[in-house]
Amino acid sequence: MKYNSVFDIIGPVMIGPSSSHTAGAARIGKAARNLLGEEPTWAKIHLYESFAKTHKGHGTDFALAGGLLGFETDDPRMDQSLEIAKSKHMDITFMEDTAAVDHPNTARLIVGNDHTQVELVGVSIGGGKVEITELNGFELRLSGNHPALLVMHNDRFGAIASVTTILAKHEINIGHMEVNRKDVGDAALMVIEVDQNIQEIIMRELREAAHITNICTIIS
Amino acid sequence: MFRTVAELVEIAEKENIFISEVMIRQEMDVKEKTREEVMAEMEKNLEVMENAIEESLQGVKSVTGLTGGDAVLIQNYMKEKTPLSGQLLLDAVSKAMGTNEVNAAMGTICATPTAGSAGCVPGTLFAVKNQLNPTREQMIRYLFTAGAFGFVVANNAFISGAAGGCQAEVGSAGAMAAAAIVEMAGGTAQQSADAFAMTLKNMLGLVCDPVAGLVEVPCVKRNAGGSALAIVSADMALAGVTSRIPCDEVIGAMYRIGKTMPSALRETGEGGLADTPTGRWLKEKIFG
Repeated sequence: MKYNSVFDIIGPVMIGPSSSHTAGAARIGKAARNLLGEEPTWAKIHLYESFAKTHKGHGTDFALAGGLLGFETDDPRMDQSLEIAKSKHMDITFMEDTAAVDHPNTARLIVGNDHTQVELVGVSIGGGKVEITELNGFELRLSGNHPALLVMHNDRFGAIASVTTILAKHEINIGHMEVNRKDVGDAALMVIEVDQNIQEIIMRELREAAHITNICTIIS
Repeated sequence: MFRTVAELVEIAEKENIFISEVMIRQEMDVKEKTREEVMAEMEKNLEVMENAIEESLQGVKSVTGLTGGDAVLIQNYMKEKTPLSGQLLLDAVSKAMGTNEVNAAMGTICATPTAGSAGCVPGTLFAVKNQLNPTREQMIRYLFTAGAFGFVVANNAFISGAAGGCQAEVGSAGAMAAAAIVEMAGGTAQQSADAFAMTLKNMLGLVCDPVAGLVEVPCVKRNAGGSALAIVSADMALAGVTSRIPCDEVIGAMYRIGKTMPSALRETGEGGLADTPTGRWLKEKIFG
């Protein structure tokens, strides 16, 4: 099931004008910021289909910028996000892309600062609900029904154990887990769906675990 | 977890509970929350809706100037004249439009199920309220009933104009409102389903063709239509009129129609009203 809560339908509380093009776009921007784990200083954003055609009128531009700034969907500063980003010297470029995609409201974001970057594909599926379908070239298959941990790490022995040991210590149960790597010894991604939300204290511990480069949570 | 309207109605009938109660229990179960937490979260949404309507009745204007002020015009007309369509219906129309005027003016709203269709559910609620005198809890329940039906649509079809046209947005929103009105008015779970089906049937095929790619023209007035149809369908269902095509099959039809809609008519601002001489002229004037 794509939607699992009544508050996906009655909600979110937001600044308009479109739940998929504004609230959803803001959530994709915020996911990019969280995945980067730091304040981005630049972003290259490719927009597809309906996002590409209506981003100006539907406020998708400022919403993505708002998300990159860390704003929630109902942040009163939302429609001034582009100006705020500019004043913070955050350099954002939008490109209307004509490539065919699976869902009409799709955005590809490459976001970074002077020492790190992240690339992801976000899809706004309606009513403000979003899915992250790709991260740094890895296809993601999240059920969306449980909180998920995304762990970018180096493909070394012990990397997976270091993460699962910490989760076990805090009595966090893993419902589903996938590991993918670019090549032997190269960048790799763990996708872990868990039953409970992960507290910040556990996140801090995970960030310091061996071979972990980046980590973030997606709350269902 | 219910997947279809038929299952939703069956649970309500078997356990002899409201549809809102089925939705509340499922939410508590899925999110591992208490009843108090779930009710409080929905009450916050209710407050946002109430505030948006209040704001609209003071008169708002969008940045482009294309929309705003119509909710006030209708309220004034209702005070001075006897509206042909009746006080309650026109009150709902005015409050639905008002909510979307606030949305277009970058005010705070609650998406139900989307921002572009945010007027139907609160517009009808705050109009019907004056006749049915519900408790605060019943008003919160109204939103759970609407949400239960929207939940089925979102999981079996779509709720965004980009995916399925305006039938998926205002069609769903109006139908959700109709189902909620029936429960508040004392109708059965099956009557809620019939009211939902009859509203959505009349919205099938409706395209998403926003002028200049904004969420203003025709979105604000489509919420007027959606809320009016919701009240009429609710009355039909309460009178005993049933939908010959079952609710889930109507949702299935909406899905298949949306799948065959060309992209020009799915929130790209390229077809329909957006592609009229005036629509194109407005786009040129606003974005150059």
